[in-house]
Amino acid sequence: MHDHEHDHAHEAAHAPIVERDALTYYERRVQAIQALLIEKGVVTADEVRRTIEAMDARSPAMGAKIVARVWVDPDFRARLLADTKAAVAEMGVDTGSLIKIAAVENTESLHNVVVCTLCSCYPRALLGLPPDWYKSLNYRSRVVKDPRGVLEEFGLDLDSDVEVRVYDSTADMRYLVIPARPAGTEGMSEEQLAELVTRDSMIGVTKARKPNR
Amino acid sequence: MPQVHDRGGWPGAGPINQAGHDLSMWEQRTDALLVLLSSPTKQLIRVDELRRAIESLPPDAYEKLSYYERWISAIETLLVEKGVLTKEEIDRKADEGKVTSNE
Amino acid sequence: MDTRFQPGDTVRVRVDSPPHHFRTPVYIQGKVGRVAAIHGEFRNPETLAYGGDGLPRQPLYLVHFAQSDVWGQYDAATRDTLFIDIYEPWLEPVEH
Repeated sequence: MHDHEHDHAHEAAHAPIVERDALTYYERRVQAIQALLIEKGVVTADEVRRTIEAMDARSPAMGAKIVARVWVDPDFRARLLADTKAAVAEMGVDTGSLIKIAAVENTESLHNVVVCTLCSCYPRALLGLPPDWYKSLNYRSRVVKDPRGVLEEFGLDLDSDVEVRVYDSTADMRYLVIPARPAGTEGMSEEQLAELVTRDSMIGVTKARKPNR
Repeated sequence: MPQVHDRGGWPGAGPINQAGHDLSMWEQRTDALLVLLSSPTKQLIRVDELRRAIESLPPDAYEKLSYYERWISAIETLLVEKGVLTKEEIDRKADEGKVTSNE
Repeated sequence: MDTRFQPGDTVRVRVDSPPHHFRTPVYIQGKVGRVAAIHGEFRNPETLAYGGDGLPRQPLYLVHFAQSDVWGQYDAATRDTLFIDIYEPWLEPVEH
């Protein structure tokens, strides 16, 4: 559709290089589309800026707070597993932008891992933007068919009697993995526990961090 | 034979590159434009339409383009399809020396 | 909500490749699994994708499969499973 290669060749032939020639075809398309949408009053520059700020404000720290609360508060855990959206709203997440979400809990005998084989569906409201590898064709291709091989690549070697459960989120549900609470964390504060909860552990390709002892 | 976006079990997939990268400004803008255009107040593009437009890319483009290159291609397709912008004005704007890239 | 299937029901995913956008991966088509949960009713992505209203809403099910039933070469000694969200028109009953 777009003559990408030709475009580059064309640019390269037209020295001297000025700043805009360093932009790729797609970078220029984005700039042009944004500029036109602003000219026509479809969006404002301020809206774009605020949307980017809101995106930056969302990070795995929110998911980590939720997981730590699950670990210390059995009542919250029960509420989260019963109605995830309502429970995360208690934690100050803006659930207006959230479509349906379910929490799935890892245990000693069950390990959940999430993928979207058709695109890259991800619980952005809780974890921010997905990492590059989550969106990669290789991850999407392999984790449904060889989850143990993929988890090994991420450093996770699971016993054969552990059930590995892959969630392929093909529709409007988003899945948040609640990693198992690591051993040796008795007496740690909720804030300290949250620091053990990594983004990858909430996708399910790793476990939560072990505490430094 | 699955369509190009339907990757589950796709043969020949190799190791997963776990390195990430910080989004550049144009990638953030692409993401923000989709969020805005699909917001309840604007409702110009639905996420399902974005997926459909991405899946309609030629298979070799789908495989070759980066994530946000696919997105901006699809956003362009949909804005043109809906008559919000024309391809000609996007072409012209993209070729201009000074686009209003900064707010 | 009126649903054709209930949790615990055995179902087969239809084999189809309609000439429009759909959300049922090919790898799961034709496979037999069981309904784990009913997520509720959702607007139909197959018409939303073309600017339609997505109505009538479709029941969406969480369906689970033994991995060894999905992939010919999967290690049958494991208890590994695959859970996937499937819209009702893509499921058909399996007679016992």
